[in-house]
Amino acid sequence: MSSARQDSCDVAVIGAGMAGMAAALFAAERGLKCIQVGNSGGLLFASGLLDLLGVQPVAEGRLWQSPFEALAALAREEPLHPLARVDARSIRSAFDSFVAALGGSGLHYAPLGERNRKVLTSIGTIKTTYGVPRSMIAGADLLDARPPCLLLDFRGLREFSAAQIAATLGERWPGLRHRQIEFPGGEALPELYGAHLARALESAETRARAIALVKPLLGDAHAVGFPAVLGLARSGDVHAAFEAGLGVPVFEIPTMPTSVPGLRLLRALEGLMSARGVHRHHQAGARALTFDADGATATLELEGISTGSGGERVFARAVVLATGRFSGRGLSADRAGVRESLLGLPVQQPASRAAWHQRDFLDPSGHAINRAGLRVDDAWRPLDAGGTPAWPRLHAVGSILAHQDWMRSKCGAGLAIATAWAAIDQVTRELRGTAAG
Amino acid sequence: MNSPSHTETQVLIIGGGATGTALARDLALRGVDCILVEKDDINSGASGHNHGLLHSGARYVASDRQTAMECRAEGAILKSVAAQTIENTGGYFVAVQGDDERYVADFPSLCARAGIAARAVDLTAARALEPALSERTIAVFEVPDASIDPFRLSLESMAHARSLGARLMRRSRVLGFERDGRRIRAVRVQCGSEELRVEAAQIVNAAGAWARELALLAAAPVEMAYFKGTLLVTHTRLASRVVNRLRLPADADILMPGGTVSIAGTTSTPVDALDDIYPTTAEVDLIVAEAARMLPPLETMRYIRAYAGVRPLVGAPGAGGGRAVSRGYALFDHEDQGLDNLATITGGKLTTCRLMAERAADLVCRRLGVTRPCLTATTPLPVAPECGWTEPGRSARAWMRSHARDDTLLCECELVPGRAVDAIYDALRAQGDAPTLTDIGLRSRVGKGACQGAFCAPRTVAHLYNRGDFQARRGLAEILDFFGERWRGERAVLWGEQLAQAELMEALHCGVFGEELQAEELRTEDLRGEVSP
Repeated sequence: MSSARQDSCDVAVIGAGMAGMAAALFAAERGLKCIQVGNSGGLLFASGLLDLLGVQPVAEGRLWQSPFEALAALAREEPLHPLARVDARSIRSAFDSFVAALGGSGLHYAPLGERNRKVLTSIGTIKTTYGVPRSMIAGADLLDARPPCLLLDFRGLREFSAAQIAATLGERWPGLRHRQIEFPGGEALPELYGAHLARALESAETRARAIALVKPLLGDAHAVGFPAVLGLARSGDVHAAFEAGLGVPVFEIPTMPTSVPGLRLLRALEGLMSARGVHRHHQAGARALTFDADGATATLELEGISTGSGGERVFARAVVLATGRFSGRGLSADRAGVRESLLGLPVQQPASRAAWHQRDFLDPSGHAINRAGLRVDDAWRPLDAGGTPAWPRLHAVGSILAHQDWMRSKCGAGLAIATAWAAIDQVTRELRGTAAG
Repeated sequence: MNSPSHTETQVLIIGGGATGTALARDLALRGVDCILVEKDDINSGASGHNHGLLHSGARYVASDRQTAMECRAEGAILKSVAAQTIENTGGYFVAVQGDDERYVADFPSLCARAGIAARAVDLTAARALEPALSERTIAVFEVPDASIDPFRLSLESMAHARSLGARLMRRSRVLGFERDGRRIRAVRVQCGSEELRVEAAQIVNAAGAWARELALLAAAPVEMAYFKGTLLVTHTRLASRVVNRLRLPADADILMPGGTVSIAGTTSTPVDALDDIYPTTAEVDLIVAEAARMLPPLETMRYIRAYAGVRPLVGAPGAGGGRAVSRGYALFDHEDQGLDNLATITGGKLTTCRLMAERAADLVCRRLGVTRPCLTATTPLPVAPECGWTEPGRSARAWMRSHARDDTLLCECELVPGRAVDAIYDALRAQGDAPTLTDIGLRSRVGKGACQGAFCAPRTVAHLYNRGDFQARRGLAEILDFFGERWRGERAVLWGEQLAQAELMEALHCGVFGEELQAEELRTEDLRGEVSP
């Protein structure tokens, strides 16, 4: 195609990680015509757990049982933190909507409550989180009483050792046994891959063979833990079938990324985008973003392998920037400093590279570079060098925002979902006053 | 015979770097019984923190002809007896516009006077063979530089020595010397929780930069100064040869090939203390800016790691008692300090480690009345199967050749199979050691690739739990130790792609695994998070 293709929408979401997906979903649910641009591969690194806020303040490593009490403390102590700028009611609504939508797309979460949950990880640590997939929740429930349980792994699934988890927790959970079994059909393979196992277990026959292998090992186990490979598109069914077949609760433990729970999340969100009529340019990147003089329309030029020589243009009445941090390419850094990749927006950052990282990787304060990012006003609009919004309807959400360290606060999904909700709320109000595009 | 708290030997060697391990091998080949004590692990000091250059000697033709000639001779010997540790890449000396043209003009005759073969290379031909060379190059000479794997050299020297009866005690720190007139009667050594007395007829202090500390402990001080050198590891290999800047020795004047990567260095900063040595962002910026004048792609290259070592420089001859043999290295006999059974060998170059060991062994043997001559210049260094895993590409080849059903690939950057980890672990175990993840990292490519261990470290730990080698919470502690060490080198090169990589690593280890909170998670006793702020 030689001539440029054109498309127009109410809101263009740039980015297809957790924040971009949440923004596109919330926009579509409010009836806005939405176009989403960006590769969603980053979601493969998700664990499936939806953190809200586990730690505050980071430097003290203080864990909170109630994420809402933690949010209240955050609002008092770090009013600039993006999550401190979203009210609790909106955060609850955002999580409820997001989890309900995922459920509708076949990825079911346990009911969200008032408290954080603790789950096992594949290296035997315990992680504080909030939204837990239904297939993992039995493990969280068991951490209260720690009854006799059986952990299983499959020979060849190299990043998951049931022996490691059991040994690491053994002192505190003496009834935790472990066994390694052959994956039915994988006996001849040196390495097994989670996604292959997950697909294989969607076959009733493979599942029956796996259940038959596990059943004699049950003994006094009150529950059985597996690496998170129990099904992909039909994980709910596969999980239910294992529980029915084994007669005890079954729980998954997330594996190292890229993992099956990440893949499930990606599939569920992509399914939701198409079901809600979001037009996705998932192979394209944003090459340039310009705004017209009167502030009514943004023009997004796309670049990607699916476009012809003329490229593509998207006209949008509002734009949500959800391009993430360094691994998401929203921010880029050279030896001299950090830049925002698409527009060159000013980035709040330490004075010099020497101050970016602590000497110790696990320094309790975290690394200063992780709090670098975009400064926004109360309407989530990134500020230019003069401290005024760069464009009246450009909004930024998710991890690209400054004044937060989601990895240490355990608030990654919360940051994405809550700020997406708040920004789309703002966009909806802005566009309501103007004629439809 | 040997109670746990007391042991005897003819020679006690202190320090398991290139010199100490070469000395153990030298003595063992002469039939002398020895024990090597090392406070940490093989090559933990400067021997493991240099650029792995087997000098032709051309670097020193103007500043130190004696060292240049020693390097030339020793380089040739190591190429013939330890070929498996060397990649015979050849080297270029390169001058760019603005460099001292008089030095360029003198270089061939300086090399000739030191007996070093230096051949002028046509600029077009040089840039065809090494396309990364600057367009502003004005002169290129070819010299017989090479790349040497210091880990393999020391590990195989020690393995050979052990096969001849020498004993190695890793993680064994010297606490003090028991003196009896002109003799040290015994050396007290902390190994693990146990204290051991070692009675040795002769003691050799081969502790590298730590030699000053040891000599002081023996009340036989030597004067030494410390210089910290920082080096950068690139993501891919930029040049096939050693590329030296054709000028007097200065900062950032070399790019070394190191298997699949290149190593750019070095800086030289005086330091007072040996602990807490780490590369800084300022040093990294200096190296990038300066080395890029010779090799412009270094300006935009991705770096995966930096590291720093401390070069010990020995004070003026006679300063510390005894005599300095040369400006390159120094052998002190401590006799004028009233000691007849202590020697200190320090300073020098990786290239001359064999010679340094020979001189120290000659002294010790003379004192012991042993007349057997040194054999290390002619005896090939045997290949030890468990010592070859530091070689880039070896594990990949092994894995491709015999990808067995029970062998999984633990590291995808460097293609390290479980079998390599098994071989290393089992060899250490057979020595009565309790191998750690860091030990495995030192002896293999685990953690050496772009991910710097983010993925292969947990996989290796999982593998060791599955083998039944690791118990309880040990794996977690070892992952943290391993990252702690990697991080010291990684943090100064975190921009661009490597910063994105580091972010993924933190997202995994802190975001998903919460490793930084485990003390707190366990403190909140019943695992549910019953901490109510």
